[in-house]
Amino acid sequence: MKITPEQVDYVALLGRLALEPEEKKKYMGQLDDILKYMDMLAEVPTDDVAPMAGSVELYTPLREDDVKASLPVEEALANAPARAGTSFRVPKILE
Amino acid sequence: MGNLLPGPNPTFREGMQTVTQLYDMTATELARLLREKKVSSVEITRSVLGRIEAVEGKIRSYVTVTPEIALDMAKEADARIAAGDSRPLTGIPIAVKDNMCTRGVRTTCGSRILANFVPPYDATVVGLLRREGMVMLGKANMDEFAMGSSTETSYWGPTHNPWDLERIPGGSSGGSAAAVSAGEAIVSLGSDTGGSIRLPAAFCGVTGIKPTYGSISRYGLVAYASSLDQIGPIGRDVWDLALLLNVLCGHDPADSTSVPRQYPDFTTFLDKSVKGMTLGLPQEFFSKLDNPEVQHAISEARAVFEGLGVKFVELSLPTLDYGIAAYYIIAPSEASSNLARYDGVKYGHRAGEFESMIDMYCRTRAEGFGPEVKRRIMLGTYALSSGYYDAYYLKAAKVRTLITQDFEKAFEKCDAIFCPTAPSPAFKIGEKIDDPIQMYLTDVFTIPVNMAGLPGMALPGGMSRDGLPIGLQLIAPHFEESRLVQLTAAFQKTTDHHLKRPTL
Repeated sequence: MKITPEQVDYVALLGRLALEPEEKKKYMGQLDDILKYMDMLAEVPTDDVAPMAGSVELYTPLREDDVKASLPVEEALANAPARAGTSFRVPKILE
Repeated sequence: MGNLLPGPNPTFREGMQTVTQLYDMTATELARLLREKKVSSVEITRSVLGRIEAVEGKIRSYVTVTPEIALDMAKEADARIAAGDSRPLTGIPIAVKDNMCTRGVRTTCGSRILANFVPPYDATVVGLLRREGMVMLGKANMDEFAMGSSTETSYWGPTHNPWDLERIPGGSSGGSAAAVSAGEAIVSLGSDTGGSIRLPAAFCGVTGIKPTYGSISRYGLVAYASSLDQIGPIGRDVWDLALLLNVLCGHDPADSTSVPRQYPDFTTFLDKSVKGMTLGLPQEFFSKLDNPEVQHAISEARAVFEGLGVKFVELSLPTLDYGIAAYYIIAPSEASSNLARYDGVKYGHRAGEFESMIDMYCRTRAEGFGPEVKRRIMLGTYALSSGYYDAYYLKAAKVRTLITQDFEKAFEKCDAIFCPTAPSPAFKIGEKIDDPIQMYLTDVFTIPVNMAGLPGMALPGGMSRDGLPIGLQLIAPHFEESRLVQLTAAFQKTTDHHLKRPTL
């Protein structure tokens, strides 16, 4: 499966990564190499095999609906790159 | 051939001409001296801090050293000991890999995108270390977001192997392993997703264990691949690891993948005989081994185990190579999802200039992430994108079932599996960083263990002709890490590889 430049652009957008043209070329080549190595997975018969999401028995533990303390607002905002009052400040989403 | 004394070999000999420095001793030895009131935690901590000052310029084990916090914790530890309120590891200094949240102390994951991030909470394991009264020395260097096998992808620069400063210490917990090896920490915490505790332990000549998935809480561990990540201790010998496993293993309701079960006192396995146990040798591992020095270390170790009454059987893990390939789909896929949160909104780096919200995300992440992280995000995003999900991620998840079944069948014939940790000793800084596939092949012996969620121990098995450590690996079934403790203790009572220290 050979990766095309359009696919690189699409994947970079999905991954929210701004790539320079040289980076795109480099990743295209490296991803191609890595994926060729992965194409060997197609050799293994897995029709009757269930996929494994994790290695131990996974379940959804539930807890009682007890009210516990939340992170105080000032601590939650302490690492904010930009804030306004008790909110995180971000660029406009809707034009 | 080494000391044949029971228990860890004591190196502190009073009245003899060479006195071992406190920073060169093990946690077990220091704990005994603390109990006997022969030394204080403040003295031990000062010794280690002095060692950090002396050699850190050469090794670069740490992203952040916390000397004042360490001395405060040491004083508290001494007060607890005096009041008779201490625990087995109270007062012992430890380094924590920089991907575990430490409240009030910068936690960077080796990345520019978190260079200024100060967590408002402690990881569960950090809370457990505090409860035990251990002394936190600082945050250890690592490959960026734990993605790497050499600690070369850290935004802060590489850590250097204490045995040869031009070589890598292994990764991604390179700082944690190098610190213990160089005496810059008595013990340390690392994390392991594809070998990141075991590989640096092997390359630095120290002992490290990745316990069974689900046995140590991941709450507060910055996630790389959530179904593979596991925290584990690194120390000079298995006696120290047993003490740390007692502190760390246990159910945590804050981690939904934490398994509710009881763990034994791992120290009770340090003196059990291994006579009659069987070790398995998977042919698919050994057919990949072409380094004569590693082969030599393996045969020497085999002879030691046979001398202890252990039997060996050959066995097969037929889907092993597929299991390794599947990791390179699953881990980046999970990483691409886990790293989506780094967007410059609530914490971490935010780009200075941007034209829109999406542009802010794209530039923030382009500026904040290094090339290896970007490569894995690209690979993972591609593997999960519509049209490719079935061929890659789903297929890899099925192959994961197959490799897990292979291990289950293998464990019907043996108590544990024996193999090398790495195909060769540590390589030079810069040697493999531009060739991703070569770098990924360093992990062939460690990755399958994470895929199946099994516990794996790396222990020193001798030195190469160039004076570089060679690591052995033992793998056990789920929740049988006590077998690994038992086997490693028997081995380390009979050999002296783990007693060697680099000259710095």
